[in-house]
Amino acid sequence: MSDSAALPVLPLLPLVIGAVVALLTALWRPSAARVVAVASTGTALAVSLVGLVAVSDGGTLRHELGGWAPPVGIEYVLDPLSAYLAATISLVGLLIAVYPPQAAFGCDPERGQPLHALVLLLLTGLMGVVLSGDLFHLFVFIEIYALATYPLVALGGDRGVLASLRYLLLGTVASGLYLLGVGFVYFSTGTLNMADASVLLADLSNDPATLGALALIVIGLALKMALFPLHVWLPDAHASAPPGVAALLAAVQVKAAAYALLRIVHDVFGPAYVDQGGLSVAVTLTWFGAAGIVFGSVMAIRQPDIKRMLAYSTVAQLGYIGLGIGVGTPLAIVAALLHVLNHAVMKSGLFLAVGGILDRTHLKTIARYAGLGRRMPWTMGGFALLSLSMVGIPPLAGFWSKWYLIVATLEDGQWPLAVVIGLSSLLTAVYFLRLFERIFVMAPEEPLVAEATEPRRSIVAPVLVLAALVVIIGLGQGVLVREVLLPIATSLAA
Amino acid sequence: MIELVLARYLYFLILALLAIGLYGVLARDNLIKKIIGLTIFSTSIYLFFIEGSIQYGATAPIIDERGSDPLLYVDPLPHLLILTAIVVGVGVVGVALALTIRLYRRFGSLSEAEIARMLDEEHGGTR
Repeated sequence: MSDSAALPVLPLLPLVIGAVVALLTALWRPSAARVVAVASTGTALAVSLVGLVAVSDGGTLRHELGGWAPPVGIEYVLDPLSAYLAATISLVGLLIAVYPPQAAFGCDPERGQPLHALVLLLLTGLMGVVLSGDLFHLFVFIEIYALATYPLVALGGDRGVLASLRYLLLGTVASGLYLLGVGFVYFSTGTLNMADASVLLADLSNDPATLGALALIVIGLALKMALFPLHVWLPDAHASAPPGVAALLAAVQVKAAAYALLRIVHDVFGPAYVDQGGLSVAVTLTWFGAAGIVFGSVMAIRQPDIKRMLAYSTVAQLGYIGLGIGVGTPLAIVAALLHVLNHAVMKSGLFLAVGGILDRTHLKTIARYAGLGRRMPWTMGGFALLSLSMVGIPPLAGFWSKWYLIVATLEDGQWPLAVVIGLSSLLTAVYFLRLFERIFVMAPEEPLVAEATEPRRSIVAPVLVLAALVVIIGLGQGVLVREVLLPIATSLAA
Repeated sequence: MIELVLARYLYFLILALLAIGLYGVLARDNLIKKIIGLTIFSTSIYLFFIEGSIQYGATAPIIDERGSDPLLYVDPLPHLLILTAIVVGVGVVGVALALTIRLYRRFGSLSEAEIARMLDEEHGGTR
């Protein structure tokens, strides 16, 4: 094992071991499984942060799995981009593990029910996606997280089961298309290793086989990340999943596919493929991203159900990420990456706050939330702060990613995109301000609301931590962008 | 054109299977037929990998007295990948069937549209 570091595989280990241990402890006592989940996600977060510091000089750490040297063997790669996403994934994972299972999963965990084991397996898959340096290995991890997702979505009652089955059908088609694309890459270049393939692919940019591979991979991953118009599975799946699961899915699950898209389009295939002129991948991603932003925001305004509203808002926010990947200048990639973190923090916070509301009132319809702000000041205060960040009020986190994206599109000379982004902030403001009026201004109408009290501390605490993070990221984004994101984006766009 | 079809007929077969599978997943209403479509779709991808690794006159990649000339052996990697993909696929179909059984027990129907309609009626008065 020459120059093979252990760090790239370490964030994965606590999660995969935790999944097995949680499965076994749930047979004995469900509450112990939660302790296992907190311990393993906490360890994963610590290791990821150590990894982030270790590669902060822009270096890359590689681990040769089983001692087989690449390109023959599978390798795990930890560079600043994967370390950044690994830290985001384990942070959200930790908060979901802390969140009480009854509110997170919508049911009391019975003995033997592998709820936390599935969450940890889902996180294992996501972590594997961001750490893998091999195209086929990435496919396997995509399927691992997808297989853990389906039963978790199915927890949401009958509607959840149907949404889960629909998601399964489309998700499997998506990973099938990705696999087909990987097949084309393999038969064109003879390698599955990302670093190796990126060298070999650079000379083949006029080959129909590699262009077909890129198209298949982009379509497959765009379907996995629910980029408009391939988002059809997302609103049902996210709205019917229980709050904790929805938070996990919206915050990090769709981002893993976004990461894979960014990595493969900009790192493996590279500029020779992305900017081919005509209807290139860059143009396609940009305009479908922009269309998704508008579509998702308009649909969010029309939803009477709070979780469906948040789910459509996710479609819109994924549009920003797709747009940033499509524009592809360093600043646009910085915006997309910052938005990955921002949206993870904001949307998981919002879903967890909704989990608190459901725990106390069981009300899902926005129209019946009048006066909730007075009964649950802390939960709804956190909710308000997170929503303001979604709208993009400076200096909160959400403002900065939109700002960078607007500047990036203007620098690139694509002012219609800047208009779309600005306009969508107004649309976002419409659906959240409508909610604010009910929650904070109007007096309680429902008896359930009038009697509601603040949820348990283990519900309020994660919401407030995420709300505080929105402020912290908003104030500290300069350091984050300068030290972490800009070097990543410059190396990717080069 | 004829030569192209003759030389590459397996790829056309794979493409046809891919399209049939996709049609089954997206256009059929019966959940079981959707899952069958999904299986056909995945199988066409497996076939693509296997077809890509075919080398006429070559055998299993165990180096013997014939030496280490790569032309004498079939590329084992696609077979290996597809073995993994088949295992993953079995898991996916298992979960899909479990979800379908759950829906069938609850609604007594395998029609996606029918189940969606019943769900909408039940949840007509959402809270």
